[in-house]
Amino acid sequence: MLILFGMPIVQIILFGFAVTTEVQNIRLAVLDPSNDQATTEIIRELQANTYFGPVMYVHTTEEANKAFLKNKADIVLTFEENFQENLLHTGTASIQLLVDGTDPNMCKILVGYVSNILTTYQQKFSVSDRTKTQIIPHVKMLYNPQTKSAYNFVPGVMGLIFMLICAMMTSISIVREKETGTMEVLLVSPIKPLYIVFAKMVPYFVLSCVNLTTILLLSVYVLGVPMSGNLGLLVAISMLFILVALAIGLLISTIVDTQVAAMLVSGMILMLPVILLSGMIYTIESMPVLLQYASHMIPAKWYIVCVKKVMIEGLGFSAVFHEVIILFSMAVALLTVSIKLFKDRLQ
Amino acid sequence: MAAISVNKISKSYRNIRALQEISFEVKPGELFGIIGPDGAGKTTLFRILTTLMVPEEGTATVNGLDVVTDYKEIRKQVGYMPGRFSLYQDMTVEENLSFFATLFGTTVRENYDLVKDIYQPLEKFKTRRAGKLSGGMKQKLALSCALIHKPSVLFLDEPTTGVDPVSRKDFWEMLRRLKKQGITIVVSTPYMDEAVLCDRIGLIREGEFMRIATPQEIIGSYQEILWAVRSSKMSALLAELRTFEGIKSCFSFGDTLHITVSNEQLLPATLKSILENNGHTDVDVYPIQATIEDCYMLLAK
Amino acid sequence: MDNIVIETDLLTKRFGNFTAVDQISFQVTKGEIFGFLGANGAGKTTAMRMLCGLSIPTSGTGTVAGYDITKQSEMVKRNIGYMSQKFSLYEDLKVWENIRLYGGIYGLNEKEIAEKTDRLLQTLQFESERNTMVKSLPLGWKQKLAFSVAIFHEPKIVFLDEPTGGVDPVTRRQFWELIYEASDRGITVFVTTHYMDEAEYCHRVSIMVDGRIEALDSPKNLKQQYGVKNMQEVFYHLAQTAKRGD
Repeated sequence: MLILFGMPIVQIILFGFAVTTEVQNIRLAVLDPSNDQATTEIIRELQANTYFGPVMYVHTTEEANKAFLKNKADIVLTFEENFQENLLHTGTASIQLLVDGTDPNMCKILVGYVSNILTTYQQKFSVSDRTKTQIIPHVKMLYNPQTKSAYNFVPGVMGLIFMLICAMMTSISIVREKETGTMEVLLVSPIKPLYIVFAKMVPYFVLSCVNLTTILLLSVYVLGVPMSGNLGLLVAISMLFILVALAIGLLISTIVDTQVAAMLVSGMILMLPVILLSGMIYTIESMPVLLQYASHMIPAKWYIVCVKKVMIEGLGFSAVFHEVIILFSMAVALLTVSIKLFKDRLQ
Repeated sequence: MAAISVNKISKSYRNIRALQEISFEVKPGELFGIIGPDGAGKTTLFRILTTLMVPEEGTATVNGLDVVTDYKEIRKQVGYMPGRFSLYQDMTVEENLSFFATLFGTTVRENYDLVKDIYQPLEKFKTRRAGKLSGGMKQKLALSCALIHKPSVLFLDEPTTGVDPVSRKDFWEMLRRLKKQGITIVVSTPYMDEAVLCDRIGLIREGEFMRIATPQEIIGSYQEILWAVRSSKMSALLAELRTFEGIKSCFSFGDTLHITVSNEQLLPATLKSILENNGHTDVDVYPIQATIEDCYMLLAK
Repeated sequence: MDNIVIETDLLTKRFGNFTAVDQISFQVTKGEIFGFLGANGAGKTTAMRMLCGLSIPTSGTGTVAGYDITKQSEMVKRNIGYMSQKFSLYEDLKVWENIRLYGGIYGLNEKEIAEKTDRLLQTLQFESERNTMVKSLPLGWKQKLAFSVAIFHEPKIVFLDEPTGGVDPVTRRQFWELIYEASDRGITVFVTTHYMDEAEYCHRVSIMVDGRIEALDSPKNLKQQYGVKNMQEVFYHLAQTAKRGD
């Protein structure tokens, strides 16, 4: 009943707020070596726009790259030197837009916003100066120059598949034994409940590892997604995530008593938030704050971030340290709770 | 020392009392029957004794071990066959048996002697999936699985429910043979006719034992005057006897009606002639010895 | 004969090369209580499914309530009632809601349903339980109610599949008294059971062995024929000849 009436409410709210294609609070970094009237005005225009958050000033190209790599900025604007002079004398000036290409949707939106503002400014400038001028934005995509969508969905699908196989299958396979009554016999045997739990998890762990291999092979050789980072690190993080998903499945199985309930809980309660809130389809940064917090609870979000960083951006362990710690603590917490809850008696 | 000792055990689900201060003892090597209809609390009692549930009040021991505190040790020593034959439906007959052996840290070969009798008829189907077996066969396999680790106490919860009379008879013969090997067996059944096959029985109703004794004692203590009545028109006879002065109760029993008589002056021959005068033909009235079912019905009143 | 409500002629059902029901032929008359016995796996359930129009025979013919079980299965279903031990009533509905539901399924109108519900509850002495959830009734009561619901639309025949399994001795007998009443009203009762004393209550009994009907007569004649005291022994006698291990 709760599921029947609760789900539509949750979904409407999630879709309504999370599923906005608008990107907000864009973090903008600016490298402005010319620092003249034109650039100041453009920056002011950008800041006046509600989509952009406070501007961060950087002073060297290295600093700009760093801000970007450390995920402190979503977009880096680099004005060419003598921007206003060029604009006045040659009629053209160029700006470089550096954006993250792993999320093609977000990338297109960002570039669109900036270009819009530039065009507006350009028109204003032309009117006041009565000469034809042109500001040329050079867009440079990092990591995904062709804005291939595979770069975005591969990490997402990985998160989704492991959730599905591990959480759903583990919970169903345990609950099925409750339903057929074999769990009764298992419990009466001297075998430790921990072994039962373990025996249920191992096959799905192995299965998921096989799936991991297939997904990686397909992504790299068929979809052409690069394997820029350390393969070992990616595999290790994936296994950690699989463990988290298994623990969730186990937790579900201790709560529900029927296969249908297990299916509903893992399907409706787990899958949808994973799809909506993990950043797989909708950008987390543009969600309302409340949902952003909610997204922190979703293990898949952290996993997807890790995969993007390691696989596509080619970053090392230090870059994903934060995420790995979070996933690790989730795994430990979930496993402890579910093993505690796994009763060695009925009721 | 008693193999099983139960002292004032109670258990409820929400606000329904499933068991109310149940007490009984089972001696080592005894075949003890718990007889009563569905919903009388049989399964709950089994679950407490097999350590699957904790009683709210009271204590119980199996082989001298407490069902709450020493449950891990008990689990090594007992065999349990729950009501629905708990087998892995998609594993074969053979796989089921060896799975359960492994579970208890033993092998099929080690204890094969014990289950040989029961398992033999299944040998030819050993590659068949357990889900595809008939009721009687499933029952044999489930029993083999419950026995494979050589338990000293065997709990069988309604092993014969929904099984045809021939398979039921076979099953009870198997139990008698197991008993000879010294295994203590506690078995529950809703079929009253199976009660006489037990050494001692407890008649259970609505979470309470009405009587615990040997079947012979229970039958022997039946105090009512009990007759069997038969005529060519049974349903008319039933209606008539129900309203007959001096007859306390009247129930169908197979091809006769069993009546309990309160009027001690009434004689079978008298009743017979009254019925014949009322238009019944082929009338037969004769005193009979009570069955467990008669006793159960009397006690349940 | 108008009085025959079930008639089969060499009715057979094969699954692959396994013959579940092997050329059975029998007749059941109006108002008769017909006991359909057999060991587990003898083919009872398959035969019953064919008679209820749920399964199409491989060969042979059968008519139930005057309708062909192969060609007119919809009409067959409309004229029979069915109840089994496993499925009978909706546990999450109240007593009156269950009755209302079945009445509706068989196309009875509101007024008829209301009147008959009152009468039914009165006969069963269930008036106080009208608003009780079925799941909180004792098993025996459920079965009695289920039977009354199965004959609510006055079917010509009612099929009962192990209706009294696990029911306490007193309620079991009350159940059979309901069967007798139905039979007196002209409803044919086709019943399977594992209680051999219940076999004695039937007017006629058939015993299936390995998909064939090995014996069919009144309990009295069967006992005479095999020279035994009760139906239990008749059953042992026949069922032990079974070759089919499974």
